[in-house]
Amino acid sequence: MVAAPFRYQRAASFEEAVAALAEHGEDAKLLAGGQSLVPMLNLRVARPEWLIDLNPVGAGPVAEAGGVLRLPALTRHRVLESDGLVRRRCPLLAEAASLVGNVRTRARGTIGGSLAHADPAGELPLAALTLGAEVSVLGPAGARDLLVDELLISYLTTALAPDEVITEVRVPAPRPRQGWSFLELTRRTSDWMVAGAAALVELDERGTVAAASLAFGGVAERPVAAPAELLGGLYGEPPAEQRFARVADLAAATLRPEDDVHASGTYRRRVAGVLGRRALNQAAIRARASGETP
Amino acid sequence: MTDGDKQRVSFTVNGEAREAWVFPHESLLDVLRDAGCHEVRYGCGEGVCGTCTVLLDGEPVSACLLFAVQAEGCSLLTVRGLAQGAAQPGEPHPLQASFLRNGAAQCGFCTPGMLLTAWALLRREPHPTRERIRRELCGNLCRCTGYSKILDAIEDCRQP
Repeated sequence: MVAAPFRYQRAASFEEAVAALAEHGEDAKLLAGGQSLVPMLNLRVARPEWLIDLNPVGAGPVAEAGGVLRLPALTRHRVLESDGLVRRRCPLLAEAASLVGNVRTRARGTIGGSLAHADPAGELPLAALTLGAEVSVLGPAGARDLLVDELLISYLTTALAPDEVITEVRVPAPRPRQGWSFLELTRRTSDWMVAGAAALVELDERGTVAAASLAFGGVAERPVAAPAELLGGLYGEPPAEQRFARVADLAAATLRPEDDVHASGTYRRRVAGVLGRRALNQAAIRARASGETP
Repeated sequence: MTDGDKQRVSFTVNGEAREAWVFPHESLLDVLRDAGCHEVRYGCGEGVCGTCTVLLDGEPVSACLLFAVQAEGCSLLTVRGLAQGAAQPGEPHPLQASFLRNGAAQCGFCTPGMLLTAWALLRREPHPTRERIRRELCGNLCRCTGYSKILDAIEDCRQP
């Protein structure tokens, strides 16, 4: 399969990309890592008239400032999984990135592209949602910020206007005594997740749960956060696997995953519950370990 | 589209400067094959199988998922370029020699992609575990299913 003809423009800056999008409207697509878009072009599922190549914009280094990790939108998965700062300060994201596709996908794929593509079974949208990440977006009217929770709408659908581009992703730095987990079930390594779960658990000085977040991937039209009132039931209590299991099961019971060739919806929901329990448990164990070595 | 829509692209392949006039929608894979680099092979066209793996500035990429215009100014390595790292001219690269010794090629179609992916791994991590090698190669499919020998061959090339 080969892509249908298109016109090609290199964007040297996000401003140039926005200008090109404003000029060509919905006939244009942005090209970042191309690991999802180009297969769609090759299969002719997508046939844009213009391709605006963002790669010349490049990505500066990942930086931490003011309690936030700042990731340029074109940061490649390879950098997320290997960069010392990301591994140390946001291991959940590094782990999620290491599970994306194969080594070639990770060499080219970008975090901005992954979020803008919004695959409901994507690792990075699930990680970004769990972490409470935020994106900066540039459009003809200027820049705006939105939470990943606001960005992700549905299957390959985001809150981005056709002439907007993600320029940066920001992730809150970890808090003291906070642990993390990112788990997924795939039929083969490098496949899309059948279901996935990611969690953060924060303990207070007494060792009881102070805060927790849990989200599921591959089980709905976008990654889904567990209801806050369910997680709230964990607060002030010591971390206990039975409690985590109950919360994860109740959270999974709110999901209505669809059947497809890879797994039935019922199986997916069951897997989500199991992974949710394990993720909360693993996050709590890591939280305790991080409290022991300040 | 007419020839007037073609763009000039220049890059190096195995150290040799190349130049081509290409349509924007032409994949790097097609352009390399048209330029005689038949060691880069079409498998799936979706980035899944790894037979079209080339190293782009040292990183393994799927040549079917890259448009040739994107390789402007880049340095490409195909399996043919691997042997340039051999001790003697005309000798196979140590990794290729290990594939031969271990019987790691059956039909040979996946072999260039396997070699390049393994080479990039060993350069980054000289002592990978077998499990690590297995994970790194999960995006390179061998339809003869001769995976064990391939893992043996790569293990043989680890630095002690």
